[in-house]
Amino acid sequence: MSKQLLKGNEAVAYGAIMGGATHFFGYPITPASEIAHKAAEIFPATGRFFMQAESEVSVINMLYGAAAAGARSMTASSGPGMSLMMEGFSYIACAELPCVVVDVQRAGPGLGNIWPEQGDYTTVVTGGGHGNYKCVVLAPNSCQEMCDFTYRAFEIADKYRTLVFILSDAYIGQMMEPVQLPTEMKHGERKDWALYADKESRNNLVTSIFMNQKIMNDVNLNLQKKYRKIEEELVEYEEVDVEDAEYIFIAFGITARVCLTALKKIRDTGIKIGLFRPQTLYPFPKKRLNELAKKCKGFIVAELNAGQMADEVELTINCKIPVLRYNWFGGTVPSIEEVIERTVADLGGK
Amino acid sequence: MIKHTKSKSFYDTFERKGPGQKVTHYCPGCGHGTIHKLIAQALDELDVQDRTIVCSPVGCSVFAYYYFDTGNIQCSHGRAPAVATAMRRVHDDAIIICYQGDGDLAGIGTTEIIHAANRGENLTVFFVNNAIYGMTGGQMAPTTLFGQKTMTTPTGRTMAQDGAPIGVAEIINAIKSPVYVERTSLGTPGKIQKTRKAIKQALQNQVEKKGFSLVEILAPCPINWKMEPLQARKWLQEHLEPVFPVKQFRDNSDELIQAQFSTKLPWKSDEEVLDYFGVNKEQKQVKQEKEIEEQLVKFSGFGGQGVMLGGVLMANCATEEGLNATWLPSYGPEMRGGTANASIIISQDSIGSPVVDFPNVLIAMNGPSLDAFEEKVHAGGTILVNSSIVSQKISRSDVTAVYIPVSDLASEVGMIAGANIIMLATYLLVSKIMDINTLRKVLPESIKKKQFVDINMKMIDKAEEYFKEHLS
Ligand SMILES: Cc1ncc(C[n+]2csc(CCOP(=O)(O)OP(=O)(O)O)c2C)c(N)n1
Ligand code: SF4
Repeated sequence: MSKQLLKGNEAVAYGAIMGGATHFFGYPITPASEIAHKAAEIFPATGRFFMQAESEVSVINMLYGAAAAGARSMTASSGPGMSLMMEGFSYIACAELPCVVVDVQRAGPGLGNIWPEQGDYTTVVTGGGHGNYKCVVLAPNSCQEMCDFTYRAFEIADKYRTLVFILSDAYIGQMMEPVQLPTEMKHGERKDWALYADKESRNNLVTSIFMNQKIMNDVNLNLQKKYRKIEEELVEYEEVDVEDAEYIFIAFGITARVCLTALKKIRDTGIKIGLFRPQTLYPFPKKRLNELAKKCKGFIVAELNAGQMADEVELTINCKIPVLRYNWFGGTVPSIEEVIERTVADLGGK
Repeated sequence: MIKHTKSKSFYDTFERKGPGQKVTHYCPGCGHGTIHKLIAQALDELDVQDRTIVCSPVGCSVFAYYYFDTGNIQCSHGRAPAVATAMRRVHDDAIIICYQGDGDLAGIGTTEIIHAANRGENLTVFFVNNAIYGMTGGQMAPTTLFGQKTMTTPTGRTMAQDGAPIGVAEIINAIKSPVYVERTSLGTPGKIQKTRKAIKQALQNQVEKKGFSLVEILAPCPINWKMEPLQARKWLQEHLEPVFPVKQFRDNSDELIQAQFSTKLPWKSDEEVLDYFGVNKEQKQVKQEKEIEEQLVKFSGFGGQGVMLGGVLMANCATEEGLNATWLPSYGPEMRGGTANASIIISQDSIGSPVVDFPNVLIAMNGPSLDAFEEKVHAGGTILVNSSIVSQKISRSDVTAVYIPVSDLASEVGMIAGANIIMLATYLLVSKIMDINTLRKVLPESIKKKQFVDINMKMIDKAEEYFKEHLS
């Protein structure tokens, strides 16, 4: 089986079709647009459906409709588009509809710019919209994972009846790497709750309004139960050199790649450093972080935002060990050299 | 008024409603109940109950699913046409109804309705115009009349403050694609009969896959108009109807058979998709293990010199040879200035950051590229310079400089835009990291415009010639 050189964004579209996606609804925004471009090519060419909608508000409501109709559906967007979709995320979470949303993060706030940032961390990880809900958040850091995570996202979405976010960034989306496409196609199955416009499904109702407080309370309790199950079953992460590490970088997406390159060189200075990369941001790898916090002296949370994941890490480990925060904004991705210098200065290598 | 026999498409008792399962949740004299019943009758008559899905709005009719014994989906405020569009594109044969109020459709949801109409979606929209926001307690709607007092226009709507009442049927009629647009009223039994006909026609159109139909129905909201039901019917006729003329705006249902409404495309089987994606292609030759030095390449020039493609081809060669590779463009405003550049990393090991801040190979297709990156090249690195354009020499002595007039050579072959290929080929020949024949293999697959494949292949020959004569 051969690898193909693909943009991260293109890899998403391939992974989607192979993962059973049949409907793509999009609205152009840099740096996510190549996903829609590729989808506009390969969805219709394979008998699937692509539509450019009139806005992200329409897009997310189209996902609501398509998912309710039993289809595996998705979209991809970035900053301002994500903000527009928040109400829809909340409806989808309450109605428990499975679908996939890719966020190729750009810098914000506001119109910001089209360079990478990870400033959507908190909004996406906490679900975004109003009310008590969560969505699964996968964080790829390579073109391969852009493909693989999208491929798997539809299974997760169907299994837990949840929205799955792929939280990526401008570099992971724009870069190219050799990608091995999956060798097996997946397809969604008929869902007993969905609307198929037939006799069997005629009594089905997709809704998120429950006027009775007791029922709304139960709906919430059920959602919370589901989230506990997701937290139990879905956590994923990657570790590099953590076994003997005294300090550990915690980073995801593009930042994790910068840390990975820096790590090898920092080790040469005698500092025992490792890398912990959450691949699921929700559910967050809390248990493992607590184990690591017992074994090492400190964490360095490196991210392209104001310390959003660092907050989560501190909360997770209850401030047991110091958490250093390396933050960059505005589309700046640190050079390897900068990360090495700073780490060596902070940790005192030889 | 109108005699209601229980329709099949209407539930006998309203279980979903909770207490009081025999009566609707609507106020006495409300228009929604009447309209619901007319719709249910039409569904029965057309015998489409099983394949119908009702999209309920946010507004008093949010609970339409208490009543319609059909598939039901409750939509966010104003977005039913978007939800319905998607369902339409999933189920070709579904009968999909958008039921919307005037706040929902004419206020918050204007974008969605206009674009669904403009796409000519094969949908039926019932737009209930009661000139007020019912559910939220009687605030101004876009359709509220001049002088009409509401909670948010306590002294009456005025032109200066809120503009004029909006005519939805007129707006939809200004769009080319819809097949059927009509405005009716619940003002009198006779008008209700006409409403019944319009509702059925609008649904019939969908059954026949003719496209987008909208019926605007003027309806009373006695509670928020602060009137008795009978008084409300009267006010509707005397005040609403003059502002919103009751008439048929368009009926193209006889002329139009829009083939576009079968949205299904030929479905590719799993095997066909795998073939189409190239997954089933036989294994590529993975090259013999040989130690290579990690290449941190900056491929730089001005926009139009093909530096992005040059970089992609380089990464393609690496992929073909079973190496790891990353390609990262610089893009956006920077591209419009002096230099566009791509970072390429080629390695036997897994690659961390794809950003090349300090290259060990710099390819400078123009002067500004050399200016920008020369100082950043690692000691011991290589700089390849397009000497057709760049007259200056490299000032550093700790790097290998290769001067090659790629623009001139490309012109000799017959296409100056081929300079990037000559440069890339020269890099392969000089560095010996990858085989020049690998480039010959990947080039035809990577160039989108097939008419340029031959001439670009000649660029590789040219590079080889030049290399043999001048550089080896
Ligand atoms: C995004 C959003 N904004 C506001 C509301 C509150 N809201 C509920 S119903 C409604 C007005 C509905 O009026 P209309 O469409 O005229 O329907 P009616 O109740 O008159 O049938 C509003 C503003 C909401 N549910 N969602
Ligand atoms: S408030 Fe108006 S629209 Fe709502 S149920 Fe009562 S009469 Fe009908």
